[in-house]
Amino acid sequence: MLTSTEGIGFVVAAYLGVGIVTLGLIAWAMLDARRQKRRLAALEAKGVSRRSSGGN
Amino acid sequence: MRPFFALVRRDLRLATRIGGDALTLILFFVLVAVIVPFAVGPDRVLLARLAPAIVWIAALLSVLLGLDRLFHADHEDGSLFALRQAALPLEAVVLAKLAAHWIATALPLIVTTPVLAALLNMSAGALVSTMLALAVGTPALVAFGAIGASVTVSLRRGGLIAPVLILPLSIPILIFGVGASSGQATPGAASAALIYLSAISLLAVAFAPFGAALALRMSAE
Amino acid sequence: MTDETARMGWFSRLAHPGQFLQWSRHWVAPLAVVTAILFAVGLWFALFNSPEDYQMGQTVRIMYVHVPNAWLSELCYGVMAIAALGTLVWRHPMADVAAKSAAPLGAAFTAMALFTGSMWGRPTWGTYWEWDGRMTSYLILFLMYLGIVALWNAFEDQLRAARVVAVVTLVGAINIPIIIFSVVWWNTLHQPSSIIAKGGPRMPPSLLIPLLVMTLAFTFLFATLHVVRMRTEVLRRRAASLERRHAAEAGGN
Repeated sequence: MLTSTEGIGFVVAAYLGVGIVTLGLIAWAMLDARRQKRRLAALEAKGVSRRSSGGN
Repeated sequence: MRPFFALVRRDLRLATRIGGDALTLILFFVLVAVIVPFAVGPDRVLLARLAPAIVWIAALLSVLLGLDRLFHADHEDGSLFALRQAALPLEAVVLAKLAAHWIATALPLIVTTPVLAALLNMSAGALVSTMLALAVGTPALVAFGAIGASVTVSLRRGGLIAPVLILPLSIPILIFGVGASSGQATPGAASAALIYLSAISLLAVAFAPFGAALALRMSAE
Repeated sequence: MTDETARMGWFSRLAHPGQFLQWSRHWVAPLAVVTAILFAVGLWFALFNSPEDYQMGQTVRIMYVHVPNAWLSELCYGVMAIAALGTLVWRHPMADVAAKSAAPLGAAFTAMALFTGSMWGRPTWGTYWEWDGRMTSYLILFLMYLGIVALWNAFEDQLRAARVVAVVTLVGAINIPIIIFSVVWWNTLHQPSSIIAKGGPRMPPSLLIPLLVMTLAFTFLFATLHVVRMRTEVLRRRAASLERRHAAEAGGN
C-alpha cells in the first residue's frame, strides 16, 4: 500500500509527458496547416490557377 | 489445375536455379543458431531450454529474409504483369507462388533443424515436436510474408518495410509455435498451442492470397 | 454558395475535398474550445478535486491520463479501419485522407498509453515494464501504427499508398483479436501467479468522474486534431498537384 506522497514523482512525470506530447501534437498540426496554406498562397501569387473555379 | 501446378513447378525451378539461393537461406538459419551461444554462453542446460525459441526466431528471420524473392523478380521483369492477365485468377497465382516458396524456403529449414538441435542440445522429443510445429506454422509465416511482400512490391527501397509490417503479425505464430515445440510448462499447453497454430495457418493460407492479390493489383496501377 | 453547390447532396458535400474544406472550417474552432474546456474541467478533477486511492495513493491519478490514451489508441485504429473500408469498398475520396491523418495521432496516443502505463507500474508494482497481456498488446499496436506510418511515407504516389495501406490496416485489424488472444495465452503460460487487475471492477463516482471527463477531453482532442490534419492533407495535395502542373508547364515552354 502506498502512502500519501509516495509516487508523486511518477504522477508528475506521467502528466508532464502527456502534456508535452499533446502540446507537441497541437503545435505540429497547426504548423503543418500554416505551411500548406503558405505554399498554396505562394502558388496563387505566381498565378498558377486551378481548373475548377470553386474557391476555398 | 494444370496451370496452377505448372506455375508451382516454374517457381521451384527458378528458385533452385538462381545460384543456390536456397542454400544461402539455410546457411543463415544455421548461423543465427550458431551466434546465440556466443551471446548467451555455452551452458548446455540453458541452451536446451532456449532451443525451441532460438530455432523459431531463426526460422522467422530466414523466412523474412527470403520474402524478397516472392514477387520482386517477377515484378521487375514484367512476368507479374503477364501473370495478371493470365487465365488463372491472381489469387491462385499467389497461392501457387506461396506453395513454391514454402517448398523452396521453409521445407529446407525444417529439414535442417536436426543440425540446430545438435548445436543447441535439444532432446530428441523436443526436436520432433519443433519440426512438427515448424511444419504447421511456417505456412502461416509465408502467407503473412506474402502480404507484406505484395504490399511493398512496387517500392524501390521497400526492403525493410515488409519485415516491419509482418513482424507484429507473426507474434502469435511465434508464441504458439514455441509453445507447441515443447519445453513449456505442461503437455496440455503444447497440444493446445499446436491446435491454435494449425488454425492460424489454415486461416492465413486461405485468406492471404486474396489480400496479396488485392495489394498486387493496387501496387501495379 | 452557388445554386449548384446548394443542390449537392449530403454525400457529395462529405466526399468532395473542396466541399470538405468549406464546411470543416466552421468545425475547428468549436471543437478546439470544447476540448480546452473539457481538459480544464478534467484536470481540475483529476489533480485536485478527487481523492487518492486506498491502495495506490496518489498514483491513481495516472489512471486519468492512461485509460483515455489507451481508449483512444483503439478508437483511432477503428477509425483507420473504417476509412480503409471506405477506400477499398466504396472508393470514398476522403477516406484515405482520414486514414492518413489518423495514423500518426494513433501512434502518439498509443505511445502515451505505454509511457503512462510504465509510470503507473513502477510505483505500484515495482517495474517500469511488465510483459503482461494488456501492456504487451498495446506495445504491438504501437509497432503496427509505426509500420503504417512508415508505409505512408514509403510511397510517392499517395493515392496508390492509400489502397495499399488500406489492405494492411484491415489485415492488421483482423489480426488484432488473434494477437491479443495469443499474448494473453503466452502471459498466463509464463506467469501463472501474477494476475493483476488494474483499476478494479467497481469504481466509486469520485474516481469515475475525472476518468470520464478526461476520456471525453482526449476524444475531443482527437476529433479536433483529426479534422485539422485532414484539412491540412487536402491543402497539401492541392499544393503538390499545382506545383507539378506548374513545373510541367514551365518545362514545356
